[in-house]
Formats: sequence, C-alpha cells, structure tokens
Amino acid sequence: MFQTADMFKAFAPFRGNAVVIPGRGGRHWINLSDKPDRDVPLGDPAMGGHASFSFGLAMARPDEKIILFDSEGDILMNMGALTTIAEKEPKNFYHFVLDNGVYATTGGQPVPNAENVQYDVIARGCGYKSTYSFDNLEDFTNNIEEILSKPGPVFVTMKVAPEVENTPITQRVRWQKKTRDQTITDLQRELGPRKP
Amino acid sequence: MADQEGGFSPQTIIDHLKGNNVTHVVWLPDSETNFLYTLLTQEPSLELVTISREGQAFSTAAGLSVGGAKPVILIQNTGLMESGDSMRGWAMGMNIPVVMMVGYRGWTRHGVDTDTAATYTEHFIHAFNIKYFLVESDADADRIQVAFDLAEKTKQPVAVLIGDEFHGFVQR
Repeated sequence: MFQTADMFKAFAPFRGNAVVIPGRGGRHWINLSDKPDRDVPLGDPAMGGHASFSFGLAMARPDEKIILFDSEGDILMNMGALTTIAEKEPKNFYHFVLDNGVYATTGGQPVPNAENVQYDVIARGCGYKSTYSFDNLEDFTNNIEEILSKPGPVFVTMKVAPEVENTPITQRVRWQKKTRDQTITDLQRELGPRKP
Repeated sequence: MADQEGGFSPQTIIDHLKGNNVTHVVWLPDSETNFLYTLLTQEPSLELVTISREGQAFSTAAGLSVGGAKPVILIQNTGLMESGDSMRGWAMGMNIPVVMMVGYRGWTRHGVDTDTAATYTEHFIHAFNIKYFLVESDADADRIQVAFDLAEKTKQPVAVLIGDEFHGFVQR
C-alpha cells in the first residue's frame, strides 16, 4: 500500500503533454502539475462516470494522450463501462485506479468485498489487453515509463492508503482552483479545434 | 398531431443526425429500434458507441462533447429513468448540449398505459426540467431539429421521445 500523494510525485515526470483527469486524488495533483490547462479536475459530477467521461474524451481526441486516475468505488458503480472501453480500444487512453478499499469521502466504509476484488483481473476479463497491479510505490515507479509507452487502453490498479473524509459536504474545503466551467474552457482552448 | 398511419422511418432519424453533424451515437439497443441499429451500422459518418447501462451514456457523451465531438444518446425510457444522477451531474451540470432520443416504451395515443415505463416517463423528465418533444411519425420529424437547436442554444440535454414503439418503425 502506498500514498496517493507519493504516487502522483512518481507519475509527474512522465506526464509529458498528456491530458490528466485526476479524479478523487486531484488535491494531490493540482499543486504538482505544470500544465494546469491540461488538467481536468472535475470533482465528482456523478459517481461512477469518470471512466466513461475520459473514454469519451479519448475517442473525441485520438491525437491526445488521456490519463485518468479513477477509483475502485467508481469502477464498482459502473463496471460495464470497462467493456465499452475495451471494445473501442482507444490507443490513447490510460486508466489508473486508486484502490483504497473504502468509500473515503463518506467516512471510510469498506466497498463490497474490499479485500478480495482484483480490478486488474476484471479489466483483463473485460478485454483490456494491458493491465497492471501495484501494491508498493517502488514497483509503480519502476514501471510507470513502460506503462505510458504502451498503446492504450492500459489499466493500472494501485493499492493506496485511504484518506478518509467525514466532514459534512457543505463544510468541506474545495480544493479545485478553478470552476468546472473554467476548467473545460481552458482545456478546450488548449486542445484547439477537433480534427474532423 | 401527425398522421399515425404515415409511420416513422429510421432513415428520418439518421438524416437528422447527419444534418446536424453528429459524430457519435451513444446507444444501448432496444428491440423496438433494431431497424435503426441496422442502418446505423451501415452509416460511415456515425460512430456507434455501445454501452451496457444507460447512465454511462451521459458521462460518455460529456467526454465526447468536451473533446469537440457531437454525440447523441439513443436509449429507452426505462434506461433514462435509471440514469437520473448521471444525467444531472454529467449532462446538466456540465452544460452538455446533447440530444437524447428516447424510445417511449409503453406509450399509446389513447393514454391508457399498460406499462408503467410509460406512466412515469414524462413525470421523470419534468422532475429534471428537461425540455422534450414527442415524435410519432415522419410528419413530426421537424421536432428533432427543434431539439437539436434548443440543446445548442441552452447548452443542456434535450429529449426526443420516440412514441412510435406502439406500432414499430416503418422502412423506406
């Protein structure tokens, strides 16, 4: 098990020019990123949708590398999305999953069968050709360059430490630096017009 | 209301999709629109994205739209009702101008529902304050264009209810 913040630090040198959707670990990413207009910290529009959103973005922009940091709770909520992603096989899509075993934003209750689910096996069963699983930072760090050099879709699950939040939603401090609308506007300006 | 005898051709839908420069059809098949599926697979300008639960349609469409593509969503009313939170968060909350074409399972012109899928469909749409248009036949097809125009103007999802399932699509 390793820390999400350390994972992002290990990932940062290999980001290149990719579009990054930092998902629920975004608070650790936004202060590391050197390309904030290529970051898409959406917060949580509706749980379970980050994979499909990022997949859609990858389909619309096949010339851009799209990197998602998803969570196992989101995967469980919409597991069927993995079959669609594997079927369409976007070569530019990199699907990382932070598996902390709990619903951290609701107080840390365990996800179903938290100790026994193998998300990389599920992804492979859904048709992802490249899958990885890491439970320590050293292995992750040693493999990140290879992972990002492979054609997508690549699925990477990582056992990370829970960062449980139990404050009422209305009292939580917003970590995003921009509004959602501004995030999208900046991304679209950065990407420019889509090629037909 | 249009003449029901005229029927509704799936080609009419495809013509509107092409006319509005749609790039992707995010879709979960239902039996009543199988003729449409067959035609879609033969249309090279439209890429089909098959999902396995309707809620995925809204987040997928959001990603496509943010990336500059132009998706439509094609699902059944049963799936629309299952998708409430995704529609709220990924389409309405993200200001996605997407038309969703919704098979109106159970709908009848005389208003006597024998299928609760129809009973709750419009109540559900009203609850989200989504604009919608009923299309029963080719004679109503101009409403599809109104839906596309309204989605673009409001930057919000707009529904087209395909109330043709009672007698099925016609081929032309």
